[in-house]
Amino acid sequence: MIDAVVIGVSAGGTTALRILLPCLPVRYNLPVIIVQHSHPGSDDFLTRYLNDKCRLMVKQAEEKEPILQGIIYFAPPNYHLLIEMDRSFSLSVEEPVNFARPSIDVLFETAAEAYGSKLMGIILTGASADGARGLMKIKSAGGIAVVQDPRTAEAEIMPKSAISAGEVDFILPLEAIGKFLARLSDGVML
Amino acid sequence: MDKDAENLMIEVQLLLNAVYLKYGYDFRGYSEASLKRRILRNLAFSGYRNIPELLRHVLCDKSCFEKLLLDLSINVTDMFRDPLFYKAIRDQVLPDLKKLPLIKVWHAGCASGEEVYSMAILFFEAGLHQKTQVYATDFNEKILIAAKEGIYSLEKIKGYTSNYHQSGGKSSFGDYYAARNKHAAIHASFKKNIVFAHHNLVSDGPFGEMDLILCRNVLIYFNRNLQNRVFDLFNDSLDQGGYLCLGSKESLRYSTCSDGFEDFVPKEKIYRKTLGLPV
Ligand SMILES: C[S@@+](CC[C@H](N)C(=O)[O-])C[C@H]1O[C@@H](n2cnc3c(N)ncnc32)[C@H](O)[C@@H]1O
Repeated sequence: MIDAVVIGVSAGGTTALRILLPCLPVRYNLPVIIVQHSHPGSDDFLTRYLNDKCRLMVKQAEEKEPILQGIIYFAPPNYHLLIEMDRSFSLSVEEPVNFARPSIDVLFETAAEAYGSKLMGIILTGASADGARGLMKIKSAGGIAVVQDPRTAEAEIMPKSAISAGEVDFILPLEAIGKFLARLSDGVML
Repeated sequence: MDKDAENLMIEVQLLLNAVYLKYGYDFRGYSEASLKRRILRNLAFSGYRNIPELLRHVLCDKSCFEKLLLDLSINVTDMFRDPLFYKAIRDQVLPDLKKLPLIKVWHAGCASGEEVYSMAILFFEAGLHQKTQVYATDFNEKILIAAKEGIYSLEKIKGYTSNYHQSGGKSSFGDYYAARNKHAAIHASFKKNIVFAHHNLVSDGPFGEMDLILCRNVLIYFNRNLQNRVFDLFNDSLDQGGYLCLGSKESLRYSTCSDGFEDFVPKEKIYRKTLGLPV
């Protein structure tokens, strides 16, 4: 019922992802695609670190790479990550959006085009308004919008702006999002 | 596919076809997701209601097309973008190029020139500037004018200065430009051996006997067919042993002419055209 999960996360993200991503079981049948705001000069430390901690493969998305289930993809630092209609990745060096490159809005908006109603968007901790627009776009394409409960977020601005931008389906603490995602693979919805 | 998404895709294709038929610029082999965003952005600023209306104006009004071209060509660039790439050029490529009597360099997709002047600074610091001949090309006339001027916002210079030092630069970066008002103008001495010219990678031919080609952050926007065309073009333009430099997220790996090249600095996407076998 869902073909992909996209996640946007900023300040406080490393801790949040360290809790969330190891919840995903082996043979997970969805791709998980993540924009984490980072310093333009950062390397692939985060993906290598998480790859060690997770049961699923964690890697940076490459240009034109076809999107496969059971892999956790990260946008490379200093590039926007976009999804093509044939469900492969594109990268772009276009100007920052919401002061961010990669921008969550860019990923979410293009993912909504490619996946339509078969998409779940999740906004986690962050001190930015990036992602609010993209999450609305996912919602209006018929997808599912999930936001981390701002009270449980290290930085509450991003979840709060996502919630105030429009209707969302679920507001959950981080651990619950982890369980939710783990079960999603079996086609179970909460 | 969702009906709206499908119709949008069709309208985008119609617009690209119109641009091609009318003006000869061929975007049909570019990645769609980014094109679509750029077109919608152009639409939002232009005030037209929808893509068919934009299409009609693009056909009748050249200035409307020029604005669209500017939006589609994504001219975002920096001086010493990816400092470690420039460090690799400094430490590993220039010592080899030094041996040549004349060094011919081609920047394909040079945008507003930041990359060109960054390299010019490296050549200067290595004492090679007198014997380099640089061709800097782009398919966007407007951006070439800016490249020739070499005037950049002072705001960005701080970041460039730190990039420069990370790339192994030991001089005072401030010596390379004149600050006036809010701008930094690159010194004229760095422009001497540079020819800025219009060249379209999709439709134009090779440049002969290059020793070093830089084409960074252009090919990420091209589909595989178009990438292969351009790699063939570079292969034809490079001398034996010449270097090809791509952007940090671009690769020769999937291309049809990868056999003719070896990885020179894999991490920085610097390739070398293999030397012909000795007879
Ligand atoms: C993102 S900029 C890259 C600038 C610089 N090389 C860098 O890496 O910072 C891409 C440039 O490629 C140019 N470009 C795009 N398609 C082209 C084509 N078919 N032929 C020549 N230039 C092209 C654009 O006009 C733009 O200036």
